[in-house]
Amino acid sequence: MDRGRRALLEVTNLRKYFPIRRGFFPRKAGHVQAVDDVSFSILPGKTLGLVGESGCGKSTIGRTVLKLMEPTSGRIFLDGRDITDLNRTQMRPIRTEMQLIFQDPFSSLNPRMTAGAIVGEPLSLHNPTSRKQSRERMLEVFDRVGLHTDQAGNFPHQFSGGQRQRIGIARALILNPKLVIGDEPVSALDVSIQAQIINLLMKLQDELGITYLFISHDLAVVKHISHQVAVMYLGRIVEMSEKNTIFKAPQHPYTRALLSAVPNPTPLARAKKRIVLSGDVPSPINPPEGCRFHERCAYVMDQCKTTPPPLLEITSGHWLACHLEN
Amino acid sequence: MQPLLKVQDLCVKFNARGGSFSAVDGLSYQLAAGETLGIVGESGCGKSISALAVLRLIPDPPGFYDGGAIHFEGVDLLHLSERQMQQIRGKQISMIFQEPMTSLNPVLTVGKQLSETLLLHENATKQEAHERAIEMLKLVQIPEPVQRLEEYPHQLSGGMRQRVMIAMALSCNPKVLLADEPTTALDVTIQAQILDLISTLQAKLGTAVVLITHDMGVIAEKTDRVIVMYAGRKVEEADVRFLFESPQHPYTEGLLASIPRIDTSESVDRSALNEIKGIVPSLADLGLGCAFAPRCRLSNDLCRTTKPPLEEKRPGHWAACWHSNQL
Repeated sequence: MDRGRRALLEVTNLRKYFPIRRGFFPRKAGHVQAVDDVSFSILPGKTLGLVGESGCGKSTIGRTVLKLMEPTSGRIFLDGRDITDLNRTQMRPIRTEMQLIFQDPFSSLNPRMTAGAIVGEPLSLHNPTSRKQSRERMLEVFDRVGLHTDQAGNFPHQFSGGQRQRIGIARALILNPKLVIGDEPVSALDVSIQAQIINLLMKLQDELGITYLFISHDLAVVKHISHQVAVMYLGRIVEMSEKNTIFKAPQHPYTRALLSAVPNPTPLARAKKRIVLSGDVPSPINPPEGCRFHERCAYVMDQCKTTPPPLLEITSGHWLACHLEN
Repeated sequence: MQPLLKVQDLCVKFNARGGSFSAVDGLSYQLAAGETLGIVGESGCGKSISALAVLRLIPDPPGFYDGGAIHFEGVDLLHLSERQMQQIRGKQISMIFQEPMTSLNPVLTVGKQLSETLLLHENATKQEAHERAIEMLKLVQIPEPVQRLEEYPHQLSGGMRQRVMIAMALSCNPKVLLADEPTTALDVTIQAQILDLISTLQAKLGTAVVLITHDMGVIAEKTDRVIVMYAGRKVEEADVRFLFESPQHPYTEGLLASIPRIDTSESVDRSALNEIKGIVPSLADLGLGCAFAPRCRLSNDLCRTTKPPLEEKRPGHWAACWHSNQL
């Protein structure tokens, strides 16, 4: 990683545990360890792709970074400023600098508001200006994300899935955020529409210098859009590096299995050997001792069953949490 | 060799406000024993409806058959009574659905649901059905099958539920398996497990599989022959290698170019993906011409006025396009 520049987003030792309450008079009966000791940073104008399977904690990280949930412990720095302990009022001005794009373009838009009102709403909440100015800004953003400005009066159901996702992106952009968190922003879209939205997100980054935290389970999409990639398994980052390193020479057994599981759209590649993992992802309520992957790992050693491997920098910018390497 | 399943000129329509529209329009295909046929397309292209149509599961009303024939071992399924269809469903032709949580019955144990098919079709006794159910769960590699039989669907993980669905679908050794997006709701590592499982069982039992998906990667890895559908019609059909090597329809070409790939070189990354402009058309207002014409880079007046017929462009490679020679 480029150490000369200050990261736009820096997260250190982030933990998010959800208490489980049981009984008629609820008592704490344990914790879901959704995110456990996660650290990463993103440089301005770059994209960090966060990949992992369902339940690995990637969405929880997104929501905790936005302070939509309070972290259990750890620190979050936005543009060098510690935002971990800020309360709701103190967070308000900072919210303009970070925005979220949702997965589902059908349930994330209010069906009773016009597209223009949805896109303009953040502006009226955070930065009240004259009506005329607001409207101009709204139309400008509409245009930027590739929507026709004369559709601003239409309601969400009059748009297709791809267009609705553009509305969601426009709403995120109207306040000129520095950081945009995309939580599976293209997963619900058809293949031909997905390409349009990926291209749009990359174009916006080039034009506006936005920093992305791109959360997805789709490795091919993450490979295409990211600069850095972090692979998560059961609440922890197991490997993180510059994109090409991780896709060309993955080191963690889980990363390797994950990459080999992706079906390749080339019939000639059929002969390749696939690493098929056995079993399911264990429950984050009672994660395995030691390395959380050890029960499914083909290279498991005694040490893996007792000691969790730390995330160490094995070569410059390539971080790995595996005992095999050490 | 006579094909096992032969769908001919199948048309399925739905009534809606202001008239009816075609969800499947003139679809034909053949399936030989042991073969895997892929059907690929985007949402609303008619791929799922075409599978439901084979089992006569189209909700009527609003849906109805508007011509065509579905020959299974020489018998036209469209002329069978509901009673006769029940002998076919689950026994001769069975289906796996996309969402295992909504297609399993939440108030019945896994064992009950598994043995139901066996009791119905195989005249098995309860004891036999129970033993066979355990055997099937072992076949789909579910650990501790005896305990699992007593559990309810919500107690299983997504991958396990999909395995139970597969076990149910295969318990009577059907000749044809219709798999409608069987792995779309699953994580990639689980997807790999399930697809491998289907292939293994197919080889073992000699089942013919129709694999319906939107994922070109799954198509490339698991099918022998592929049908590409767009707006209810078959626009291309070919051997899987031909299809990926030299697509003969601009839609297929665009689809292949628009997917981000995991095997690309560094120089291609972060370059703009090739996008297909516009949106999937609404089935209710398709024009006279080719449904893809408004989004097509090659379209001209002919495309906008006259539907292109499905023609054999190369041996065994069919496409419905006026301009295949320009691809």
